[in-house]
Amino acid sequence: MSNTTTKLLITAALIMTAGCAKKKVEDLPPPPPAPSAPAAPEAAPPPPTSSIVPGSRADFLQQAGTDTIHFGTDLYDIDAEATGILAKQAQWLAQNPNVRVTIEGHCDERGTREYNLALGDRRANAAKNYLVSNGVATSRISTISYGKERPVAQGSDEASWAQNRRAVTVVPE
Amino acid sequence: MKRLPLFAILISAALPAAAQIRVDISGGISAPMPIAIPAMPTPVVVNTAAGATGALGRQVADVVTNDLKNSGLFAPLGPNAVQAVPFNRVTTPDYPYWGGTGAQALVQGFVQANGDGTLTVGCYLYDIVGHNEMARQGFVVAPAAWRRAAHKCADTVYTRLTGEGAYFDSRVVYVSETGPKTRRIKRLAIMDQDGAGHRFITNGQNIVLTPRFAPNQQAIVYMSFVGLRPRVYVYNVGSGTQRLVVDQPNMTFAPRFSPDGRYVVFSMAVGGNTDIYRVPVSGGAPQRLTTAPGIDTGASYSPDGARIVFESDRSGSQQIYTMNADGSNQQRISFGGGRYATPVWSPRGDQIAFTKIEGGFRIGIMSPGGGGEKILTNAWQDEGPSWSPNGRVIMFFRTAQGSGKADLWSVDLTGVNERPVPTPLDGSDPAWGPLMP
Repeated sequence: MSNTTTKLLITAALIMTAGCAKKKVEDLPPPPPAPSAPAAPEAAPPPPTSSIVPGSRADFLQQAGTDTIHFGTDLYDIDAEATGILAKQAQWLAQNPNVRVTIEGHCDERGTREYNLALGDRRANAAKNYLVSNGVATSRISTISYGKERPVAQGSDEASWAQNRRAVTVVPE
Repeated sequence: MKRLPLFAILISAALPAAAQIRVDISGGISAPMPIAIPAMPTPVVVNTAAGATGALGRQVADVVTNDLKNSGLFAPLGPNAVQAVPFNRVTTPDYPYWGGTGAQALVQGFVQANGDGTLTVGCYLYDIVGHNEMARQGFVVAPAAWRRAAHKCADTVYTRLTGEGAYFDSRVVYVSETGPKTRRIKRLAIMDQDGAGHRFITNGQNIVLTPRFAPNQQAIVYMSFVGLRPRVYVYNVGSGTQRLVVDQPNMTFAPRFSPDGRYVVFSMAVGGNTDIYRVPVSGGAPQRLTTAPGIDTGASYSPDGARIVFESDRSGSQQIYTMNADGSNQQRISFGGGRYATPVWSPRGDQIAFTKIEGGFRIGIMSPGGGGEKILTNAWQDEGPSWSPNGRVIMFFRTAQGSGKADLWSVDLTGVNERPVPTPLDGSDPAWGPLMP
């Protein structure tokens, strides 16, 4: 009985493909060569003035005061404080016409992932547009959104979120 | 003469049986059905590449037990709780004995090594109360694929007793996470829906986000920060190669395949404005589907491919909209309090799952017309729902307040049976693939 049944089962059996036996792939093929990654955007304490190279990131941070502007929750408008900061950044960029910058847009963790990518793009472009309106050539500014992927403050509180809603003007080292 | 009784058995097993036992699925797990799943015998113990057939019989029963238990609809008495069955009783169950266990249904089977190096896994479902055979299936697999045969057996039992579609023989692609909150390392990973067979696809060098399976499961579309240019790529599972979907300088993100696998729908940010586009998988010019000022993103096709659900903040805050696949007939469907994000169309077509942002982040469902909203979870931050292949279970990720650590969870459509999905590290952005062929 069981033998007959077994034959029936084999006859009626689903033939399974060997789809589970795919070769293991640990790494993707080499990506296109990456530009050197901007380091952590937080401003380090400026070293003594004498050692600062004109046109460098340290020079930018000292002259402009900060590389970072902040935004309200779900907002991307350039407020009065940000206006002052970007005006100094534009001034420095006018004095260093050969420097190209990348503006990073960031969000706090209280938004969904894909929306935050778009919101970070808005913030980076808002900062870029302000610099362009202050005379910086658009070709000197690239933008990138990190969404909520790269916070600087670790907490889950209003103060941390306020720090993380930001656009950072990154000057090459 | 020899075939007739067997033929009759097959016919009776395929008949609908109104008088037979059935799991009530409307209310979730108010009364999970007790079901016995003894270790499966082997006619002859044979050593295979995956171990001896006798041991495999026990492991198959364990996988079936785990699947049915995880569904929330069954209370299995697995191989640890009931006695093993001799091979000659697989097709003639000892109903008086099983009646004494309190189980209402019985899953028996066997594992047999074949001469060609394959395994046959037999799977039988019996109604203990009615003394009926309800289903039988046989699966021939390579020994290494024995877990798939076990999942197919569990799917046979589940579909026969619930009337729902199968989902256990399926896989999940997700983002494995580790490292500090300010510099999370993210890697694409694939696993079976029960967490087995886990493997990493990328090495963590670049941020990777929102992977989703192609309908044929041979490709995964996702976003990568390769070269610090965040854009959408298609990864070929078979060859291990990846390809840029749209080669232009703007950020592209939020990708998904169309149900026929011919298109990728995605979002592109141009100068601070984000719209939804689609492009043939084979390449070509992207077609713009939305033009409203604001952020249009999170596109997901209806199962027939005719419609797309997406989120937009054109009204001032994130809300859910539907449109035809060519971008026409855009209509807002979410009108409750708070914001609505990450809409995903159910594979059955009858529900939209979403993330609702109102205080916390919660997973909810509504009809494609916008009615019947139901919130399924209640934690600090639940995000990114993905449907099981039968549209019955939703997987999502839950982020912890403070640490920012995320883990995968699943919940039944009815809002019960919320449970963590095991992963080796932290996990986010789960995408449940279709049922395996």
